[in-house]
Amino acid sequence: MAVLGILFLLPFVWMLSSSFKPEGDVLTYPIEWIPQTWNAVENYREVWFGRSSFALYYWNSIKVTLLTTFVSTAFSCLAAYAFAKMTFKGRDLLFMLVLLTYMIPPQAIVVPQYLLFSSVGLVDSHLGLILLNSFSAFGTFMLRQFFLSINDSIIESAKIDGAGEFRIFFKIALPLVVPALATYSILRFIWTWNDYQNPLIFLRSEELYTIQIGIYQFADSHGAIYSLMMAAAVSSIIPLLIVFIIGQKQVIDGISLGGVKG
Amino acid sequence: MKATIDQTNESGNKPKKRKKGKHNASGYLFVAPMMIGSIIIIFYPIVASFVLSLTDWNLITGFDGANFIGLSNFVTLFQDSIFLRGLRNNLILLTVVPIGLYLSLVLAVIINKYVFGKDAFKVIYFMPYISSTVAVALIFRVLFHPSDGPINQFLLSVGFENVPGWIASTTWSLPSVMIIIIWTQIGLQLVLYLAALQNIPQELYEAAEVDGASAFYKFRKITVPLVTPVTFLLLIQGLVNSFKVFDLIKVLTDGGPANSTNIPVLYLYQQGFEELRTGYASSIAVILFLILVIITYLQWIGQKKWVNY
Repeated sequence: MAVLGILFLLPFVWMLSSSFKPEGDVLTYPIEWIPQTWNAVENYREVWFGRSSFALYYWNSIKVTLLTTFVSTAFSCLAAYAFAKMTFKGRDLLFMLVLLTYMIPPQAIVVPQYLLFSSVGLVDSHLGLILLNSFSAFGTFMLRQFFLSINDSIIESAKIDGAGEFRIFFKIALPLVVPALATYSILRFIWTWNDYQNPLIFLRSEELYTIQIGIYQFADSHGAIYSLMMAAAVSSIIPLLIVFIIGQKQVIDGISLGGVKG
Repeated sequence: MKATIDQTNESGNKPKKRKKGKHNASGYLFVAPMMIGSIIIIFYPIVASFVLSLTDWNLITGFDGANFIGLSNFVTLFQDSIFLRGLRNNLILLTVVPIGLYLSLVLAVIINKYVFGKDAFKVIYFMPYISSTVAVALIFRVLFHPSDGPINQFLLSVGFENVPGWIASTTWSLPSVMIIIIWTQIGLQLVLYLAALQNIPQELYEAAEVDGASAFYKFRKITVPLVTPVTFLLLIQGLVNSFKVFDLIKVLTDGGPANSTNIPVLYLYQQGFEELRTGYASSIAVILFLILVIITYLQWIGQKKWVNY
């Protein structure tokens, strides 16, 4: 079983070891799992501060990802609370509408989205990217499940004490779903960090590129230098790995919930 | 005390008119950002796709040059050999779902027997799922290199002579994509199966053992039927996801060689953003919507018939 696990991760091990090698040694066979000649410093320096600066792509990705995560979590959370704990006309219908968007493949609506964004000047901007990922049916659905589990009597008694809706939301409901907020934020972070399609279509200027478009630079624009491609790939995966290791339980629970509940 | 009980009952059964009005206002305020955003960024584009699919709009001639052409985009589409090829490829891609599910279930059963290290395995098998598709696609682009790639070098060294051309060959490119999809999806399926396995009462297995059932028999008659709800949901998810494999194919093969890995979502991108045929691309989007409506319908009837809770 352990052997199978290692075998399963071999592509990643290969990526890591290739990223440390001089270009000429990447494809030698038998594979040098531990590089004979080390070229790590040169490779990573070229990736991070060379012609295509990963430092810049990193900064762009961090900015877009953190803002998207924050905005998306906030919107989903507000809507989820209302759908779970407030009564208003058309509530269930609106919730159904939100759920409908879960099935839509993002590729199928990207053409009209592009036309819309270009008519209001949001193409080639980070704001546009953030907006594209800020309205999540999954987040609303998932957080609603958690709000539903809050006992109504807590909210009722706060109402009797004269607390307003916003006060109840911020002081009572929100603190009770912090673990769920963490789960959703971590998932949204991973998904936004890995988003390739939207930056590919909506970004034009190189100084706005995010990581996923950035890695591609090493595969295409510079004539496919494998060692640099792998160093870029390693660099792009590291933040995910850190987030995943810290929030492992949340990620797995959250995805399970989304998966099981559809 | 009595007063409070009465009050809760009252507000629980018959909300007072005045109070309901107040509820309404703040409820709308809470859902407003989500609803307004979804309407502008998701629903409007869906409607627009249907309208655009009836026009010959392309980004070069602009809106003034657009004409209403009825259903002729769809007529063209169903004579377009690349689109038809893409649909067929997508159907072949669907087979990764049962294969992946079977592998994950077997793995889950094995891992479930280990008391220690369960979490470590979860993390290991989850790695490909959280990693960026672009990075994964690039790794496999090199691993699957037909002449210099480590996979073929290995196959040659252990005595194979006719090694597959992987992503450079029209016959092997789609299987290459499928292998990668299975590899990236196993983690998710495994974790869900592990959760389901933990809910199966141990007595069932013990009873079967008393009756002298083999391990395979127990797997087939106890494990498989009792995890059907998870299997069904993963199946539906897998079907939906197989129509969304854009990133992987775009980076790995860009639909090639000779469109052997092209699928409708990629073709939509190519038509919409490379050929700039907005109307035509929208007609592909409409077909995708219809396919997903059908899958959703299947899910709806399947959930009633097939899942035995």
